Amino acid sequence: MKVLVAVKRVVDANVNIRVKADATGVELSNVKMAMNPFDEIGVEEAVRLKESGTASEVVAVSAGSSACQETLRTALAMGADRAILVNTDMELQPLAVAKILKAIVDRENPKVILLGKQAIDDDSNATGQMLAALLGWSQGTHISKLLVTDNEVEITREIDGGLETLKLTPPSVLTTDLRLNEPRYASLPNIMKAKKKPIDEVIPEELGVDVTPRLTVLKVEEPPKRSAGVKVSSVKELVEKLRDEAGVI
Amino acid sequence: MSVISNSVSDATRNQNNTFVWDDPLLIEPLLNSQQKLARDSARNYCQQELMPRITRANRHEKFDRDIYREMGSLGFLGPLITGYGCAGVDHITYGLIAREIERVDSSYRSAMTVQSSLVMHAIATYGSDQQRQRYLPLLASGELIGAFGLTEPDHGSDPGSMATRALPSSSGYIINGTKAWITNAPVADIFIVWAKDQDDIIRGFIIERSADGMTTSKIEGKFALRASPTGNVNMTDVHVKSESLLPNVSGLKGPFGCLNKARYGISWGAMGSAEFCWHSAREYTLTRNQFGRPLAANQLIQKKLVDCQTEIAIGLQSCFRVGQLLDSGNATPEMISLIKRNSCGKALEIARMSRDMHGGNGISDEYHVIRHLMNLEAVNTYEGTHDIHALLLGRAQTGLQAFSS
Repeated sequence: MKVLVAVKRVVDANVNIRVKADATGVELSNVKMAMNPFDEIGVEEAVRLKESGTASEVVAVSAGSSACQETLRTALAMGADRAILVNTDMELQPLAVAKILKAIVDRENPKVILLGKQAIDDDSNATGQMLAALLGWSQGTHISKLLVTDNEVEITREIDGGLETLKLTPPSVLTTDLRLNEPRYASLPNIMKAKKKPIDEVIPEELGVDVTPRLTVLKVEEPPKRSAGVKVSSVKELVEKLRDEAGVI
Repeated sequence: MSVISNSVSDATRNQNNTFVWDDPLLIEPLLNSQQKLARDSARNYCQQELMPRITRANRHEKFDRDIYREMGSLGFLGPLITGYGCAGVDHITYGLIAREIERVDSSYRSAMTVQSSLVMHAIATYGSDQQRQRYLPLLASGELIGAFGLTEPDHGSDPGSMATRALPSSSGYIINGTKAWITNAPVADIFIVWAKDQDDIIRGFIIERSADGMTTSKIEGKFALRASPTGNVNMTDVHVKSESLLPNVSGLKGPFGCLNKARYGISWGAMGSAEFCWHSAREYTLTRNQFGRPLAANQLIQKKLVDCQTEIAIGLQSCFRVGQLLDSGNATPEMISLIKRNSCGKALEIARMSRDMHGGNGISDEYHVIRHLMNLEAVNTYEGTHDIHALLLGRAQTGLQAFSS
């Protein structure tokens, strides 16, 4: 069974995000980048499927500039067997990425594709669902537990009321939630081995995918600064303020 | 999620020539992707697994054997060695890992560099194939812990005058002597011990803890490197077989070859410790208000922060350069003396300034800076003191040696 895992290069979670002065986006110049943490969980789960003998091959895929090779090397160092970079300098929106991934799936024929439930830069939470629709596959989103057998994929999702368990008929698109696993640290021997693993490169045109953005970003700005709170002397005053000033009750 | 990338490629990075306060001379673009990956993996491990343990470990002088196994599983033990379960990385990668570990604590970096450079390097470089096969995989995995015995109670900066003797016996050697200030002495499984033979020539031996006549003691009351046990090794008529001798080296160049590798790692490591102190001082002085404004708005504070920044930026570039020279085979011991001395001396000054900028809070171990400061007193002293490295460099510059009359 082949597993495909999608990884996105994003601003490192520890970086303080700064908005560009012209309000067109966030500052990326000399900013530390890393693999989207939810995708890291996807890679970890795929590698565990391989280690348990369920998966025969793990293929990592990323779409973006040549710098995404670094992100793919991380996936290879964690244990993916090979990688594919869909190389483009175009801005990629979720639908374009879903189309790219569909084209890769058509080439690779995996039984399962794992993606993070969302990326920490745009928080779209859309690509996995769009991909499942384009492929006509079953989808399990925000999974916190995964069991794969020959004919069945059993997933658990954390929902408001508790845990929801679903059985899917593969092939399936699965998106990972935080508690699915704790990703390993890439070891130095595996980082050295990853240098020798292949990264194939294609461009969207070769896949027959039009990645032209359909959404226009009007403005990116920082959330308003928090202003200082006030102390109230009584419950009565609190209720008055909530009703008259805040207008919430 | 989506696989959208930012549209910035590495080639176009810094196209606006922005100044990066925490990497002012841009060391980041000098690293290749494998070096960055190793650095990031080390940083994640250190911040997530080591940082939460260090305050208690330091406060209670708690040594944790598991840390050796964890470092072993990540390939941090003997990373420069190729084969025997080791990764075979370049010197820059080794330095970057030392820097990340010491950003947490010098004790943990000591654990890594003593095992890697003093013990494993000795066996890999001077040992027989049988010794390499037997010990290196177990040292690489952290299953075995090693120690390195050179310093003696009466012979510190002058190891050539050591008193420990290894005299021939019918089956090998009989070793007598005492080694002092030995990292890992109370917990190590094997010891690399340097001793003079019947012809007054320094030879190296691998001695296991179980050998008759081997005893170790722990030095109590240390105010530095408290998460790393230090002690003495006492050898009374310790019989070792001739197979315990490291066959491929004799003389002081044996221990000095090991120390060179370790000192190079320390040069990077001390910068990691300094970076922690500086970043902490910056954060503290930006967020603490006195007289109605942040402490960092004062000229006195800004001057100190810039002194930290300047020395670290220059120091890291020098470490990077010596790493390149080691990889190309063009480094000399004097270069390593220069960066070991500079990194440790400057890191100690930076830790003191940072402690000062933390005000009274800087005294508490909750802010970590005082711990780094105390550690760096040891790091500035061990593996060649600040002064002895000056004398080595002074001799290289003038041709006159100033060690003895």
